[in-house]
Amino acid sequence: MEVVLQNLTKKFPSRDRKKKEDVIAVNDFTFEIPDGKLIGLLGPSGCGKSTTLNLISGLLKPTSGKIFFGEDDVTDLPPENRGIGLVFQNYALYPHLTVKQNILFPLQNLKGKDKLSKDEMLKKAYEAAKLVQIEELMDRKPGELSGGQQQRVAIARALVKMPRVLLLDEPLSNLDARLRLQTREEIRRIQRETKITTIFVTHDQEEAMSISDMIVVMKDGVVQQIGKPQEVYDSPTNLFVAKFLGTPPINVFNGQVKENKLYIGEDAVLTIKGVANQEVYVGIRPEGFILKEDGAFQCELSSVEVMGRDISVVSTNKASLNVTVRAIIGTENKVNMENTSVKFSLVPRKVFLFNRETEERIDFEVE
Amino acid sequence: MMKKILKNNNLKGWLYLLPAILFLGVFMVYPLIDVFIYSFEEGYNFASQTYQGVGLYNYSYVLHDPYFLQAVKNTFILVIITVPLSTGIALLISVGLSSVEKLRNLFQTIYFLPYVTNTLAVGLVFMILFKKTAYSDGLINLIIGWFGGSTVDFIDGPYWAKMFVLCFYTVWVVLPFKILILTSALSSVNQQYYNAAKVDGTSKFRTFMRITLPMISPMIFYLVITGFIGAFKAYSDVVALFGTDLNAAEMNTIVGYVYDMLYGDSGGYPSYASAAAIILFAIVLTITCINLLISKKNVHY
Repeated sequence: MEVVLQNLTKKFPSRDRKKKEDVIAVNDFTFEIPDGKLIGLLGPSGCGKSTTLNLISGLLKPTSGKIFFGEDDVTDLPPENRGIGLVFQNYALYPHLTVKQNILFPLQNLKGKDKLSKDEMLKKAYEAAKLVQIEELMDRKPGELSGGQQQRVAIARALVKMPRVLLLDEPLSNLDARLRLQTREEIRRIQRETKITTIFVTHDQEEAMSISDMIVVMKDGVVQQIGKPQEVYDSPTNLFVAKFLGTPPINVFNGQVKENKLYIGEDAVLTIKGVANQEVYVGIRPEGFILKEDGAFQCELSSVEVMGRDISVVSTNKASLNVTVRAIIGTENKVNMENTSVKFSLVPRKVFLFNRETEERIDFEVE
Repeated sequence: MMKKILKNNNLKGWLYLLPAILFLGVFMVYPLIDVFIYSFEEGYNFASQTYQGVGLYNYSYVLHDPYFLQAVKNTFILVIITVPLSTGIALLISVGLSSVEKLRNLFQTIYFLPYVTNTLAVGLVFMILFKKTAYSDGLINLIIGWFGGSTVDFIDGPYWAKMFVLCFYTVWVVLPFKILILTSALSSVNQQYYNAAKVDGTSKFRTFMRITLPMISPMIFYLVITGFIGAFKAYSDVVALFGTDLNAAEMNTIVGYVYDMLYGDSGGYPSYASAAAIILFAIVLTITCINLLISKKNVHY
């Protein structure tokens, strides 16, 4: 089922009595989510991603705009008639019911012609439990389960009615690091097996990048960029997206374009075409540095961190907006710690230029 | 080393407990034991501190005393009617209160007023409302008259009328506290459960029965237990409504009977009073145990 959001806007009345202005949680969100895909809504806290999810679920009503599931306009439908499954951040499992009763709960609500016999309900509940691999926990209470197991029960409960759309609100935020890795694989697997259009919300860019078919980056209620994870990473539309994606984060410098040359500080680091002379922000991904003795870009070396898989060169530069400049290079490189400075040449496609005022990305060509 | 620390800690612990233990010991435990002993000493006399013998005669006397049997009957009727009724009404009102937004505070204050009002004063007001005198039929009878019913003297009239007033009064007096407890219990239920239920298309009634009730069941259980105990110990309310000569009014309660045996016009029998008190204690203990047993199945912590 594809989900279409049309100019979706949600305003909340201001709580502040002095400021009467409404708080705009989601601003003019238009997006078509293709059928059977896994979509990650990504952004820092307060960017409106959870609000968007709640709008899709129907728990909140949009101020304006429309939501379609396939051909159906569901904007005014209450949540129960939309055919969605929702997994809450804290799972919201009913603590007084066993796992089995929790999973059965949505089925027992069915009325009229959808009503199921007891055997059918049990069969469906066990199918859902099998999908998330919790069959042996059916008679336990949620309080007796670990976080990861509770998460699976919550997913089983959301899936048991075979929803048209599955919504997950920060599904991994309550799990520890190891479990998080495992569970995100699990979510991916379940989504592939059921082929249900799935939308999940997260503030963790790594999580979103690793399992989503597409990611939506949001900031202050406004969608910044929509695309495949790799595309968004490789060509961010603005400085915010560039900074938000990637660990370690992108290095940002004050730079200048002068006569087809890009300067960071005194160093002319790249020869470029198609950009007028101006002050710019220069973003360089950590993997965009190549250690080179006659490299054009010079930084003051502060430390070298050996990670095993690669080497992290930490240095400083006067033009840098971050405290340190972090470059990741292969282990075949040797960094002489006795040097006070280190020289790099740059990989052009890992270098982004941003307008100083609008922070939009400026396209450039390399000579 | 470990043992020493433990011992030190123990001493410290006992020291902290001392004031409470002393106080409870002198004013609770000792009298309790004393009452227990009195209840077996036949014909105990306060003034001379003497008694004639030891045995079960006190219990036999009390259990054959028609006034005591009347008091037991009254108390049981009061308990059985008012505890479920008051808890049920309090639940209804609390659910109503938590679903209104406007004027919620005003309503909460109004519902809480009876709690801060003096029992005797409220009792007097109730008496005036229900009483039929030579000069006036009372407000309630007036209203009954409007609907074409015949007037009843609720205070000095038939037994059922008096019992009705007592139950009505008791429910009214205990409601505020229960509403207070239940509204706070209701508001402590995480909104997420309701959202989850909503997404799953749960009807309002089913949400209430399957989610709200189990979630607040510990509080309901607490109210039922304290309600039972409170109703079994009813006395001052009855006095406020029907005066001090409760045996004549057929409205005595077990605690009232104990009081009468000690200080009433027919009083001066501490042995009988003690026996009656121990019987009340046994009844309350049994009921509370039954409550606990039932709650194991139905209360979710």
